Amino acid sequence: MPTRRGDGRIAFAYLTPALLVLVGLMGYPIYQLVLISLFDYGQEQVSGGAPLTFLGLGNYTTLLANARFWAVLGQTVGFAAVCVVGTLLVGTALAVLATRVRTWARMTLFLAALGAWATPAVAGSTIWLFLFDANFGFVNEVLGTTGFSWTYDKWVAFGLVAAQVIWCSFPFVMVTLYAGIKAIPGEVLEAAALDGASTTRTATSVILPLLRPLLIVVTIQSIIWDFKVFTQIYVMTNGGGIAGRNLVLNVYAYQQAFAASEYGLGASIGVVTTVLLLIVTAAYLRALRRSGEAL
Amino acid sequence: MNRRVSRGIAEGVTVVIAAVVAFPLYWMVLTALKPDAEVISTDPRPWTLAPTLDSFVRALTVQSFGRYLLNSIVVAVAVVLLSLLISFLAATALTRFRFRSRTTLLIMLLVVQMVPVEALTIPLFFLMQSVRDVAPVFGLNHLGSLVLVHLAFSLPFAIWMLRGFVAAVPVELEEAATLDGASRSRFLWSVLFPLVAPGLVATSVLSFIHAWNDFLFAKTFIISAAENQTLPLALQVFVKPDQNDWGAIMAGSTLMTIPVLVFFILVQRRLVAGLAGAVKS
Repeated sequence: MPTRRGDGRIAFAYLTPALLVLVGLMGYPIYQLVLISLFDYGQEQVSGGAPLTFLGLGNYTTLLANARFWAVLGQTVGFAAVCVVGTLLVGTALAVLATRVRTWARMTLFLAALGAWATPAVAGSTIWLFLFDANFGFVNEVLGTTGFSWTYDKWVAFGLVAAQVIWCSFPFVMVTLYAGIKAIPGEVLEAAALDGASTTRTATSVILPLLRPLLIVVTIQSIIWDFKVFTQIYVMTNGGGIAGRNLVLNVYAYQQAFAASEYGLGASIGVVTTVLLLIVTAAYLRALRRSGEAL
Repeated sequence: MNRRVSRGIAEGVTVVIAAVVAFPLYWMVLTALKPDAEVISTDPRPWTLAPTLDSFVRALTVQSFGRYLLNSIVVAVAVVLLSLLISFLAATALTRFRFRSRTTLLIMLLVVQMVPVEALTIPLFFLMQSVRDVAPVFGLNHLGSLVLVHLAFSLPFAIWMLRGFVAAVPVELEEAATLDGASRSRFLWSVLFPLVAPGLVATSVLSFIHAWNDFLFAKTFIISAAENQTLPLALQVFVKPDQNDWGAIMAGSTLMTIPVLVFFILVQRRLVAGLAGAVKS
């Protein structure tokens, strides 16, 4: 690349709009998030009726001493785990199935999956709510359980939301893994067949190791997505379920801040979520590097 | 023979699964077309003999759904255009120029993509509150605030993805253009910009979907100006404590899903190529 005089200045000029937007609307808010989490920041402080009190790590100790927080954290991890495992199982199984059928069947499946993928989260959540409606829902009609509420019981409600999340996130895994399987050179599979390897043996000893880097990437990507699910929980359980029993961290932080006006406490939950996700992200970057992607 | 039977079974299973996956969308469109009495029936049927557009009319007129549709389009289109312009310039700077702090910037771009934007609702809410006092159009209760945050959220990925496309354009081309007397900006907009069009399409689609689907920030920022709400929130208007208007809700969902679906189908090839380009770079 030729280096010319004044390159730095022009590059800087090109970068300025992006830097302004990113510093102003990502960088500064991140700093503010941490700052707010260190203060007792409630309705009175916002309206100027009470002075700001610096709490240091006060909000965090309050949080860690609160049994509710630990319950929500546990639920978030459990919910994300179910979604991730479900998404990967469905996505992988269908990717393998797609390699075994002719084009017309594969296109039918991919088109249906594309539809689920493209559906906006709010619309998807609402459709599922209606399908599982106690009185007018088609699912209760088929099962003969008219009147049964799928959103009342805590675990049934979590299960329903998880199913919805899996429905709209498996297509990404399926399409990615299908492309991965297709990219395996035919000679490798032929060689395995010549050596007398069975189908299962080929799958576990040849295809799986070759797909490992891709599997790691989709797994971690799914963890990141499912850990911060907001819309589905909010819409389907009406803001976190009866008495907040279907809360996950993101919805919990939102409710603490905007429903209870405990902005400081809400911000500290946000910081905890961010830190947890950055740890996962660090693992993601390491996995990416190991799979050979250059920066 | 055995092979053909097993393939036949696999294809049967595939079609059944595809039907199950597509069923919620079928149900959405079907409900939107059903007459009201069939929608709130305790004996729902998976077909209708009397399709009607009543629910669509109700959605578009009664709750001024059309207005929200327009708001959503305004926000999404503004985000797409601004992010196109800004990310193209930034991607060019990051690939065509060598300068100190280039690698640092690239790493920052990656890290910033991983920050859960949901956690930023609280500081962004207060930021938009202050912005309202200075420039009302970009503050709380106005569409400008949504444009700003979605622009910020879509930029890192857009820049990251465009980088690969800009890098793929040979440097010799720039030298040739310079020899022909083209100025730098002329090269930028008349040569480079059209050449990275596939990348621009892919990033635009992603930015559009991002802004179009947003529920959280619309809910947080547009608190007391009903006329500035966007579609995802407007859907909730039909959700009533006593009796949901499911026909109108499903008609609204259909209107909201169709543009995204059309985009997805139109650009799926380019999208895959674009993602591949971003990874390969």
